[in-house]
Amino acid sequence: MINFSSDTSYRKQSVVSRRMFILSAAKLLVFGGIVAKLFSLQINQNKKYLTLSDKNRLREWKLPPIRGDFQDFFGNIIAGNLKVYQLHVIPEQVENFNNLIVRVKDILDLDQKTLNKIIKKKNSQKPWETLIVSENLSWDQFVKINFYLHELSGVKPVLSVARSYPYNENYTHLLGYVSQASQNDLVNNEEIKKKHVPGLRVGKIGLEKSLENELIGMNGVQRYEVNAFGKRINQIDHIEGQKGKSIKLTVDTKIQQKCNELLKDKAGSISVMDVYTGDIIAMHSSPSFDPNLFLYGISYKNWENIRNNPKKPLINRSITGLYPPGSTIKPIVALSALENNIISTKFKVNCSGKIEMYGQTYNCWKKKGHGVVNLRDALKVSCDTFFYEMSRRLGVDRLNETAKKFGLGEKVFKNLFNEEKIGLIPSTEWKKNVLGRGWVLGETLITGIGQGYIQTTPLQLCLMTAQLANGGFKINPKIIVNKNDPTFEEIKSKMSENLEKIIKGPDFDDALLDFKITPNKNNGLFKPLFRNQENVKFVLDAMYASTNEVRGTSYSSRIKDKKYQFAGKTGTSQVKRITEAQRELDLDISQIPYEDRDHALYVAFGPYKNPRYALSIVIEHGGSGGSAAAPIAKKLFKLIIDRHEEREKININYNNLQT
Amino acid sequence: MFQETALSGQITFFQKLRSLDYILLLCILILGLVSSLSMYSTEGGEILYHTKSHILRFLVFFSMMLILSFVNLKFWHSTGYLFYFVVLCLLIWASLYGVKASGSQRWVDLYFINLQPSELMKVAIIICFAKFYHRTQIHTVNSFKNLIVPIVILILPILLVVSQPDLGTSILIGLSGLVVLWLSGVNAKYFIYSSLILFISLPFIISFLKPYQKSRILTFFNPDRDPLGAGYQIIQSKIAVGSGGLSGKGFLKGTQSYLDFLPEKHTDFIFTLFSEEHGFIGSVLLLLLYAIIIYRTAKIGASARSFFGKLFCYGFASSLFIFVTVNMSMVLGLLPIVGSPLPIMSYGGSSMLATMIGFSVVMSTKIYQKQIIA
Repeated sequence: MINFSSDTSYRKQSVVSRRMFILSAAKLLVFGGIVAKLFSLQINQNKKYLTLSDKNRLREWKLPPIRGDFQDFFGNIIAGNLKVYQLHVIPEQVENFNNLIVRVKDILDLDQKTLNKIIKKKNSQKPWETLIVSENLSWDQFVKINFYLHELSGVKPVLSVARSYPYNENYTHLLGYVSQASQNDLVNNEEIKKKHVPGLRVGKIGLEKSLENELIGMNGVQRYEVNAFGKRINQIDHIEGQKGKSIKLTVDTKIQQKCNELLKDKAGSISVMDVYTGDIIAMHSSPSFDPNLFLYGISYKNWENIRNNPKKPLINRSITGLYPPGSTIKPIVALSALENNIISTKFKVNCSGKIEMYGQTYNCWKKKGHGVVNLRDALKVSCDTFFYEMSRRLGVDRLNETAKKFGLGEKVFKNLFNEEKIGLIPSTEWKKNVLGRGWVLGETLITGIGQGYIQTTPLQLCLMTAQLANGGFKINPKIIVNKNDPTFEEIKSKMSENLEKIIKGPDFDDALLDFKITPNKNNGLFKPLFRNQENVKFVLDAMYASTNEVRGTSYSSRIKDKKYQFAGKTGTSQVKRITEAQRELDLDISQIPYEDRDHALYVAFGPYKNPRYALSIVIEHGGSGGSAAAPIAKKLFKLIIDRHEEREKININYNNLQT
Repeated sequence: MFQETALSGQITFFQKLRSLDYILLLCILILGLVSSLSMYSTEGGEILYHTKSHILRFLVFFSMMLILSFVNLKFWHSTGYLFYFVVLCLLIWASLYGVKASGSQRWVDLYFINLQPSELMKVAIIICFAKFYHRTQIHTVNSFKNLIVPIVILILPILLVVSQPDLGTSILIGLSGLVVLWLSGVNAKYFIYSSLILFISLPFIISFLKPYQKSRILTFFNPDRDPLGAGYQIIQSKIAVGSGGLSGKGFLKGTQSYLDFLPEKHTDFIFTLFSEEHGFIGSVLLLLLYAIIIYRTAKIGASARSFFGKLFCYGFASSLFIFVTVNMSMVLGLLPIVGSPLPIMSYGGSSMLATMIGFSVVMSTKIYQKQIIA
């Protein structure tokens, strides 16, 4: 029994030991497996999990970038940033958002509509993103919020910046305005998409839009360590953002303001340009509106006011308004005829008030007629009959060539403004291609007095005048100051250099041929646009006569003082074809409905002796150029010339800086 | 062959003291220290409630273990069934009047401690089986009666624990019991057959599981299925372990746990925290510490003359191994998430108590290794 028992006991022991041995081997294997798994996680995949861990614990908050300024030529800020008090909430850090927002509503005295908007906005963004409850707290509201802050956990009053336009409506069309980035902005501009934060303002029109990528700046970044519930534990990093580029414009605020004042209650545009450097001194379109209204979303009432204004404040007339140039085109027609040797300066026409041609009657603006006039007189008194006859001989295609050379029919700023219009300078080819019909000779006649198909923007007329005034040289119109741009003196010497080449050339026509062959990288910048400068001088002299000699169309707007003396050409462009009966009536302007009244135009340059500035004035439905547009030039020129000295001082400083 | 004095059981106190396994005791102490430091780390480097009570429990239960070590092995043998029966009654009590917490009824309120009887069952089942097979003759081990009784003994607590519901602990009790059955010589073919049956019936079992248990198993196969819900724990745990690297982020510098990305970091996921802070080297050293403890326990079993002592030590060593590997595999994403504490490291009084009771039986086996139990 004992033997048996000890035997079974021994067998039991051996079974258990054997099985324990097998088990131990299995245990070693399993431990090995765990070590292998640890190795794979901690050594092989360490990088991956380290990134995941950082992703877990670090969260970045993009701060809105600070937009670059716009300055005028004298360094005044015309679009800057204003300190504003804002109220931010991060919804995930708030225990009960609904209670909080109702409390905030009471404190700030918000209306129900605003509250609904805020709640809608909250639901559309991620819980850790900053919710801007109010973008522009008044000082009272800011103080009040700070007073109750201890019971509003999660609410942050913040000092932020917002766009401001200190000169209100003065620069609206030029600069444009900013407003909240829309879905479209994000799709169309990578830069905006990259830098977008809730509440980011981007340019909607004008320079604010075209120069968006330079102005926008760089986001600041705040990097926080957060816990599993998204609560910020501590700030790890703060990268300062970079303010966008500040852009200096060539405009003069004093003159711009004066333009705005002169155009008050009128629809129209004034553009002023340096005839050598091409600097835009002022460019204003009227009526205008206050761009600051768009900053926080324009109110319905304000928007309706702007939209329903019959004078259409949203249109930038200076570059998108298309007008028949009327008689302001006459200097170019005259120059074209002289350049092409169609007529001599002695050519005379007898004006009897109308002319019969191709079976139709063409009227001169003066019913009684001007009598016998030569070219200089024709420009001075703006005799239509003379120009009918001259255009008939010239032909539309030759006129087209000259007009295009002087900047009509193409954009003044190449790609700066999306909305800029090209205008239209007709030609026989154009009519055939576009309208599919042959050119009618009668159309040449009315093109010669700036009516019919021809359409120009006010700025194009300004450029045309500037390029005549500087002696007939091509210039580079610009609105942004660039330190590398040539100075007045450099341009002047380059022009005379280029002029020498023509005079020294063996023959005019050969020299011109030479210009066409040599490809010039500057697109013929500062090169002559004429064959014989005498022709240009003749036209300028005729314009002088038009303003400063008795019977000239703008004689009543002349300035006698040589310092301010200017020369110009009036224009009155018809909006509607006038019947013979109406013509007989000879209605006073106030008797014609507003929409049917003529556009008043005026182009001018001055000072006459040494021209530096050219301008164009368009008054929509203003009546005749001589009575509505030219007096404005008189009021403006004094200021332009006076400001010239101030401008020179800045230029001198500039040049000193460069050397 | 054997000295009479040893056989007679007359051992002096100093002899007993000398025959304690000091390496094992040292390892347990080190583990206690490591676990206290980890607990300190879960609380962000402050001594708060968890750390305090963990240290207190460790010290109390460790001292209790030392005292109980001197109790004769015969006592454990004679009270084997009673111990099992008492724990079983506590389980029934827990399921009837137990304290409810987070959807399951696992605890018995004993006024001074909230006891989790299912944890004690992990040890009780081993003692019970050790006693059962101590008596059984080797040639009757595979008889019908001797197969049915252990199965009933094993099934009863498992059913009670499953109904709590506590899938994790019931699986661990089952595994502890099964490993003792295997050691005691139950025919291998039964294990093969039953695991085959289990495998085939797995889909049926899964269909009886609660939705959260189902989703845990599905999540195990694809943690990205629901990264913020059921998959969250395992993904965050792997990130923590993986980001630890070779030498870890440093003591108290585990960002995953410090920033609350780790769930249950002081109980089931304590190893994740440890691994994040101490890296691969630390983890392997911890694993080595457990390996030494398991090895020493098994070694005591190998030199025990009584079959009860031997079977208990082997069984306890094996179940310790199972608890450690199941917990680690779980936090490393090798097994689905089931509630299973890491012995001594995890916060939890009952688990600590059960483990310490186990060690005191082991120590008792060491002291009375030459004793034969009739």
